[in-house]
Amino acid sequence: MTALGALIRRDIRIALRVGGGALIGVLFFLTVVVLMPFAIGPDLALLARLGPAILWLGALLASLLTLDRLFMADHDDGSLDLMTMSRTPLELSCAAKALAHWLAAGLPLVVATPVLGLLLNLELGATAAVALTLLAGTPALTFTGMIGAALAVTLHRGGLLLAVLVLPLSIPVLIFGVAASEAAITDPSSFGAPFSILCALSLFGLVIGPFAAAASLRHGLD
Amino acid sequence: MRLSGREVGCVRGGREVFSGLHFQAASGEALAVVGPNGSGKTSLLRLIAGLLVPASGSIILEGGESELTLAEQSHYLGHRDALKPALSVSENLTFWRDFLGGATSSAAESLAVVELDHAARLPAAYLSAGQRRRLSIARLLTVRRPIWLLDEPTNALDTAGQKLFATLMGDHLARGGLIVAATHTPLGVAARTLHVGDVS
Repeated sequence: MTALGALIRRDIRIALRVGGGALIGVLFFLTVVVLMPFAIGPDLALLARLGPAILWLGALLASLLTLDRLFMADHDDGSLDLMTMSRTPLELSCAAKALAHWLAAGLPLVVATPVLGLLLNLELGATAAVALTLLAGTPALTFTGMIGAALAVTLHRGGLLLAVLVLPLSIPVLIFGVAASEAAITDPSSFGAPFSILCALSLFGLVIGPFAAAASLRHGLD
Repeated sequence: MRLSGREVGCVRGGREVFSGLHFQAASGEALAVVGPNGSGKTSLLRLIAGLLVPASGSIILEGGESELTLAEQSHYLGHRDALKPALSVSENLTFWRDFLGGATSSAAESLAVVELDHAARLPAAYLSAGQRRRLSIARLLTVRRPIWLLDEPTNALDTAGQKLFATLMGDHLARGGLIVAATHTPLGVAARTLHVGDVS
């Protein structure tokens, strides 16, 4: 446990320092959402109706933007070699790295949502619903995305391949995330079903992601 | 403790690097792997470290801790030094001490041994190549592992540093450690030589 704690602390510390990239995701999220009203026009009703979908799309793209950092740096500087050799199973190390990545890059998106909801004319309740679905759904994006990040590292292809691999996997998360947000706004009674599926997707990713990523990293050693 | 390789072969990118390699080293012995560039010295070290899979033959450790694999009892000091430029010297070292675990000693003491204690709070980004090497060596001292796999360990070290590292290797061997080092220069400790690649 000391080993995993140390790994999480290190990754968060690196992400928060200069050049770490924790803020890049939030800034991108902010940019996408701020630009939307200018593109769609000053129709407040339309903005409020599209709001949850815009927030979810922004969060999805923002989390994709920072995913390639998950293993790339550790691979390039040889840290991954030492992690593979260490007494901590690589699966657990991968899970710890993904958790640290979510804390540094995913959680800030959830925190920023209430502010951005204001820009989209969302009511307080609707904003809270979107933030809640993002809280439940962004771990799924990180944990399924880590499979793509591991493959991109071992195949020596960066960004573009990652997007092609990860985007199809994140479609279910997007569908149920937006469905749960819409349900909470229009008809609170049907919020439970899509939200449960969203939580299930996150738990599914939590179990599958570390094993698939570790297998990919082991297979791609060179 | 005895590390031995039998008929070890290595294939990288579809090309045979070496084959039929035999080697043996026991506790307290150092093995110097020599050979021209591209002959597979690094590949051999990575095979022993479990970072590559041998195409043929086997590498066995006898008499180590039975519950741990060969890789888990080894230190690997490669070209890439696993240091994070954003973290300070002591943060880098403390992380590897906590992460690698097992028997450890104080990070500050190891930094003093490799003469980096004055730079402990400096971000690793500002270290010179020789200082980075010294910091990697401090990792070998802080976390105890019986087997050291060293890839050109004295690269970038100054004369005093090379002498210091020779002493540290001597101490490690005296404690019953085992060293396999790929090198172009004399190691500074008594070592058997293993030729890899074309020796004609």
